[in-house]
Amino acid sequence: MSVVTNTTTIGAIEAPSRRNTELALLAFAVAIPVFAYLNVGLAMDGKVPAGMLGYGLGLALLAGVAHLVVRKWAPYSDPLLLPLATLLNGMGLVLIWRLDQSPRLIATSMRLYDSFSPDAPKQMMYSAIGIAMFVGMLLFLKDHRVLQRYTYISMVVALVLLLLPLVPGLGSAVYGAKIWINVAGFSIQPGEFAKIVLAIFFSGYLMVKRDALALASRRFMGLYLPRGRDLGPILTIWAVSLLILIFENDLGTSLLFFGMFVIMLYVATERTSWIVMGLLMSVAGAVGVASFAGHVQDRVDAWADPFGCAKEGVAACQQMSQVMMSFGSGGILGTGLGQGNSDLIGFAANSDFIFATVGEELGLAGVMVFLLIYGLIIERGVRTSLAARDPFGKLLAMGLSGAFALQIFVVAGGVMGLIPLTGMTMPFLAYGGSSVIANWALIGILIRISDTARRPAPAPAPSPDAEMTQVVRP
Amino acid sequence: MNKPLRRVAIFCGLLILALLLRDNWLQFVRADELNAHPTNKRVQIERYANARGNIIVDGKPITGSVDSKDPYYKFKRTYTDGPMWAPVTGYASQAYDANQIEKIEDGILTGNDDRLFFDRTLAMFTGETKKGGDVVTTLNGAAQKAAFEGLGNKTGAVVAIEPKTGKILTMASTPSYDPSSFAGYSAKDEKAWVALEKDKNKPKQNRAIREIYPPGSVFKVVTAAAALENGKVKDINAATDTPEGWKIPLSKREMINHAKGCANASLKHALDISCNSVFAKLGDDVGRDKMVEMAEKFGFNAEQFTPVRSSASVYDKTADRGGNALSSIGQFNTATTPLQMAMVTAAIANDGKLMKPYMIDELRAPNVDLLKKTEPEEMSRPVSEENAQLLQQMMESVVTNGTGGNADVNMDGVKVGGKTGTAQHGEKNAKRPYAWFISYAKTAEGSPVAVAVIVEDSAGTSREDISGGGLAAPIAKAVMKAVLNTRG
Repeated sequence: MSVVTNTTTIGAIEAPSRRNTELALLAFAVAIPVFAYLNVGLAMDGKVPAGMLGYGLGLALLAGVAHLVVRKWAPYSDPLLLPLATLLNGMGLVLIWRLDQSPRLIATSMRLYDSFSPDAPKQMMYSAIGIAMFVGMLLFLKDHRVLQRYTYISMVVALVLLLLPLVPGLGSAVYGAKIWINVAGFSIQPGEFAKIVLAIFFSGYLMVKRDALALASRRFMGLYLPRGRDLGPILTIWAVSLLILIFENDLGTSLLFFGMFVIMLYVATERTSWIVMGLLMSVAGAVGVASFAGHVQDRVDAWADPFGCAKEGVAACQQMSQVMMSFGSGGILGTGLGQGNSDLIGFAANSDFIFATVGEELGLAGVMVFLLIYGLIIERGVRTSLAARDPFGKLLAMGLSGAFALQIFVVAGGVMGLIPLTGMTMPFLAYGGSSVIANWALIGILIRISDTARRPAPAPAPSPDAEMTQVVRP
Repeated sequence: MNKPLRRVAIFCGLLILALLLRDNWLQFVRADELNAHPTNKRVQIERYANARGNIIVDGKPITGSVDSKDPYYKFKRTYTDGPMWAPVTGYASQAYDANQIEKIEDGILTGNDDRLFFDRTLAMFTGETKKGGDVVTTLNGAAQKAAFEGLGNKTGAVVAIEPKTGKILTMASTPSYDPSSFAGYSAKDEKAWVALEKDKNKPKQNRAIREIYPPGSVFKVVTAAAALENGKVKDINAATDTPEGWKIPLSKREMINHAKGCANASLKHALDISCNSVFAKLGDDVGRDKMVEMAEKFGFNAEQFTPVRSSASVYDKTADRGGNALSSIGQFNTATTPLQMAMVTAAIANDGKLMKPYMIDELRAPNVDLLKKTEPEEMSRPVSEENAQLLQQMMESVVTNGTGGNADVNMDGVKVGGKTGTAQHGEKNAKRPYAWFISYAKTAEGSPVAVAVIVEDSAGTSREDISGGGLAAPIAKAVMKAVLNTRG
């Protein structure tokens, strides 16, 4: 009796999909915020909060739907991204809910606007929309390379998004920064979405132009300078980010876009000269703007000596000194959720400054955990980029993770007084619909790229030659 | 493309590392500094987050806490008879910090003291709200009332001490202020605070312990003590060798006596009628260093902690002979707190043993457990028992035969000793003098009370009438009576 053997002996070794790992991690990512929620309720009212069941089920439902969609449509994707984002989103909800309970913030709101509405339910809704966005990404974007087709459309869309807040009647200025638009009663921050769209444009553009940018250059003072026509885009981006800085008073976003572009340019061309040029240009731009824009000047003063200029009554400084004291009062282990006084910061306590609440109530330990979670998301993004097989995917994953890293640095560094404060929000933690939705979309794209990268190569088709050499027995 | 990718990855790692380092700098290295920063409201918030413990006199609280329904500072301090007790309690204000007992025993009153750690931990498990402990004072409500009402709208201070223990029974200072008026942080509180700060009469000043006055003639008891202790006078009834118009050493001036009959007066008689010449000469005979030694044994030249800090009374250690002679009659650079003169009187009344004055008897945990009881503590023995009794004889004579007649309580079995003083001050003594009176009451069981009274410049009284005997002695008498009547 003979054994029929398939001569295509190299069978595809099935790469573990790690979906069950993801599910187990997700269970933690839901359980931890639920415990935090309970903790806040017990600390503030001394009883189990009434909304706990709803909150827990809601978060579990969102995480569950996301997980099932990933299991079905992106089975080989990175198992860490979804649980990490869920954990951050869940903790963000708890922190916002905790600040909603603050009698001081309620009293301030009543005094200023004669009304108070809690932000946590709205954030819950935004999170649901964010997850829907994530699911949509995975359902409709079967292959990230499709995005490559929309390179120049992306450029136009990004520019329009960036310029929207400057349109009269549509844009609204909040404390000097014109980064918001009002549509049908909702405040939208187009910059958050522009980040992703720009990354798509950069990836598509650089993939095509990388050789020209890298090779056609002149040597000057030890640096390879590109040709004028290739220099065009970087100058355009520089000018656009400066314009954002000038007209929208938004140092953070312009820094973010420019930094993201420089990183992607460097990755695409492997030329260090771009980094040098990029740094010089961003320094020139930032110094130039900081020296004549009062809003930016205040921020720089608040960074240099928050307590000194707080005495002179500069609002930005008083806010910054409150943030510093909030961090300092947290110490190593923090006061415990619901027991701190980070609400003394007042304005934007649950958005731009939400990290101060983490610092005060969860302490040094908590802040480090959060920073490491963000670091892990970035690491998974970079790993996705390394593993990606196509240059477009590589660039896009790197651009998105790089932008994410820069955003974390600019926001957390600003809040902790490492660099001047800019009006951006901590992804997933801070209150704000645009931010949550855009970041879920970002995670969606990363998951799609990582799925493509980790997907095992299709089994080779059976070789027709092998068929022919079979011995036919009569 | 992977090489630059790895480099960018390292760059991102460095960004996160920078954040981690910054956070350690902020929350570990600088944590204490930021936590204790003067603009950090958290200390105040914590202080008023729970009902504050009370300060207790005669078993009854003289302070309280009300839930002010304020989102920043939950509880607000209230005071019963605030102006009367302000020199004892101090204030605890949401906007202006705290002082005196309210500040010194803040840990107990808020419940944050380490000694209350167990109570706090227990409360955490039983779910009770944190409460502050109580501070039980040594004060005597009736005597305090007598002193405060006696001072009335005059400017002055009264301190009474129980000589055998050092317990402070009375600490009054006028004009006073109501600490309730600025306990909160509203515009009204701010107005009250600013008005008090600007008030020329300095109502917030605790004159009983924080103001030093020239003592004038009441200091003569210290000089008498020094003369007896150093053997310069052996018999208080023997004539001293003092000419009328004794010349101040190193000066062309003569010592002026306001009384007649001071020439060669005996020590006892000289104290009766308050002869400047006799005591100036005695101070000169004893010498500066011995005078300093005696004054310091009574507590001069040092701050006292009751535990509220008092200013240091002064006896000049570097005066020349002339200066020392003037210092010996409580002029020149000699200056004392009312507390210091009460200590001098108490030491004499306690047969020469000076007990450390204190005003906090007990600290109690929120559940009324005793945390700490202050035990009476001997501070020094400025004079021997025999000499102390001689001094008592003389001071009792001042009340029966001399200038202190207004202080006699006229109670059976109670002897009263005292000394008047009228201290001159100001450029060329142009300002109205200070009226002083020190006295003690003594029964068969010892002395229950020694008191020092000062009345500053008193409006509506002509200069000639201001004298310790006329203005201050009646207040001392009222305080002594109150103590004698409330004695168990």
